[in-house]
Amino acid sequence: MNNLVLLPVLVPFIVGVILIFFRNQLQVQRFVSGVTSFFLVFLSIYLIYNIYQDGIITLELGSWQAPYGIVLVGDLFASIMIVFASIVAVACLFFAFQTLHPDREKYYFYPFYFFLLTGVNGSFLTGDIFNLFVFFEVMLISSFVLIVMGGKKYQLRESFKYVVISTFGSMFFIIAVALLYSVTGTLNFADLADKISQIPAEESGILTVIAILFLIVFGLKGALVPLHFWLPNSYFVPPTAVAALLGGLLTKVGVYSIMRTYTLVFTHNQDFTLNIVLILAGLTMFFGVLGAVSKFDFKRILAIHIVSQVGYMIMGLGIGTSLAIAGSIYIIGHNMIVKTALFLFCGTTEKVTGTTNLKKMSGLLKTHPYLGWLFFAAAISLAGIPPMSGFFSKFALVLAGLEEQRYFIVFVSLVVGLLTLFSMIKIFMYVFWGSPSLTPEEVKKTKIGKLLLPGIPLVIISFLMGVLAEPLFILLEAAANQMLDPSIYINSVLKE
Amino acid sequence: MEILMIITVGVLVSVSTYLLLTKSLLRVVLGIVLLSHAAHLLLLTMAGLKEGAPPLLGEPAEAYADPLPQALILTAIVIGFGVTAFLLVLSYRTYKEHKTDDLDQLRGSADE
Repeated sequence: MNNLVLLPVLVPFIVGVILIFFRNQLQVQRFVSGVTSFFLVFLSIYLIYNIYQDGIITLELGSWQAPYGIVLVGDLFASIMIVFASIVAVACLFFAFQTLHPDREKYYFYPFYFFLLTGVNGSFLTGDIFNLFVFFEVMLISSFVLIVMGGKKYQLRESFKYVVISTFGSMFFIIAVALLYSVTGTLNFADLADKISQIPAEESGILTVIAILFLIVFGLKGALVPLHFWLPNSYFVPPTAVAALLGGLLTKVGVYSIMRTYTLVFTHNQDFTLNIVLILAGLTMFFGVLGAVSKFDFKRILAIHIVSQVGYMIMGLGIGTSLAIAGSIYIIGHNMIVKTALFLFCGTTEKVTGTTNLKKMSGLLKTHPYLGWLFFAAAISLAGIPPMSGFFSKFALVLAGLEEQRYFIVFVSLVVGLLTLFSMIKIFMYVFWGSPSLTPEEVKKTKIGKLLLPGIPLVIISFLMGVLAEPLFILLEAAANQMLDPSIYINSVLKE
Repeated sequence: MEILMIITVGVLVSVSTYLLLTKSLLRVVLGIVLLSHAAHLLLLTMAGLKEGAPPLLGEPAEAYADPLPQALILTAIVIGFGVTAFLLVLSYRTYKEHKTDDLDQLRGSADE
């Protein structure tokens, strides 16, 4: 019992509610939200430190005992996710301060920003599958508002599709929960894991069906191929600060849920389920990167790249060894950081040139060298070139794949890595090489120094993650071992 | 009773699938509403329908109903209600801005 684990959910929620009352005082809103976002980073680091020292922290809400009440469970995996999510949230918030139109800020941007964080942190920490649904909805409805905010024609059109598809997925979530409840009679993760391990193998067919149903539900949120079609347009339409936040956080919550349920709850028929995951991983990374290769729009390439990176994340789960899971967690964190940084640089470029179309700009390296080289650092990190963090994530996954003799998926992942490099270099060549497309007057008109500030720490973090990969992997392997041995989780929740 | 409920759920799902595949904005919203009803009914049914027993805990009763599904459905209904309200406003705004509710005409790439 420790109230610490509730704070990452409660703090953004309360701050969000308070900010509603300061609708017209933009300075107050900015100050409070800036301070809170930094506070959340420190809080999450304190949380991870405590969990690393003392093991899994649980909190029974309202003191209802574990299988009956709702529990919040902070294990290493969840707390690592919260650290990265908080860092991404700070960077996007400070970018939003400078780029958002005051009208958007006044229409409750900051409250919904924090409600989104409430939903994301809650999804990471909850120990109850129905509660996961509730936090998903908190997160989704905030994301609906953030995407549609501004009410441009194309925004309305694309958000309608996004809302319908997300709600459709949520209904399937309820159906899957109903089926699971009818089979097991419980919704607590730990209790589910316990009950499912006692079901004899010949009766577990229905559980495999339910497991795949959950894979569809979470795959829709996490944008696995063939359920990724909504993502490129939905993440293209909102302002860059929002696109960076959503691109950094939302799909990862889906991936997190897949990893949580497949390592803890649905462990009965792993030969089959993990193979499906592995096949989906291969398809996702391949088709995602093909989409990126074919596009000629800065923001759109980044958006569809999210899909291909999701493939790597669940590839680690599909391989299923402790090194592979650690690699998966690493790549989720790496991707949150780097993808957000790339989106922020994309937003800066848009501010400078007024377009995201690659063919309409060139030669920015001469006029904006810092932007160019920062983008280059983030881009090679995404493509997986040492010493940036992307290399070590792929290295761990490939090594684990070779150890398990999953040669085909390793081959696919390496080809995809090459194509990722290709699409990133394509952006770099079109945007930054060639003769400058802007006149000197235009260059002087927009100052981008401040706009780069939120991105710089992210690039530095990516670099540090690469340099300090070895100590980081000690932590990640501890998290992976915690996940691969469900009895640790079950015992700390049910206290048997 | 369970059979009847399951058939109702099936009918609701098929009707909502039909509505979701039509081209009118409002019909798509109605499809989502019906689908959520179907999901909620399924949640109620899958937990088992019992007659004549109150959901008591700690009383020496011979049988009691499981209160959890009702609690879950209540939560899910509230969430569904909120999302539906949002979706209705959103579709109205989309209709106002685009002057059409035909999804065929709302196609196209995202950059206007």
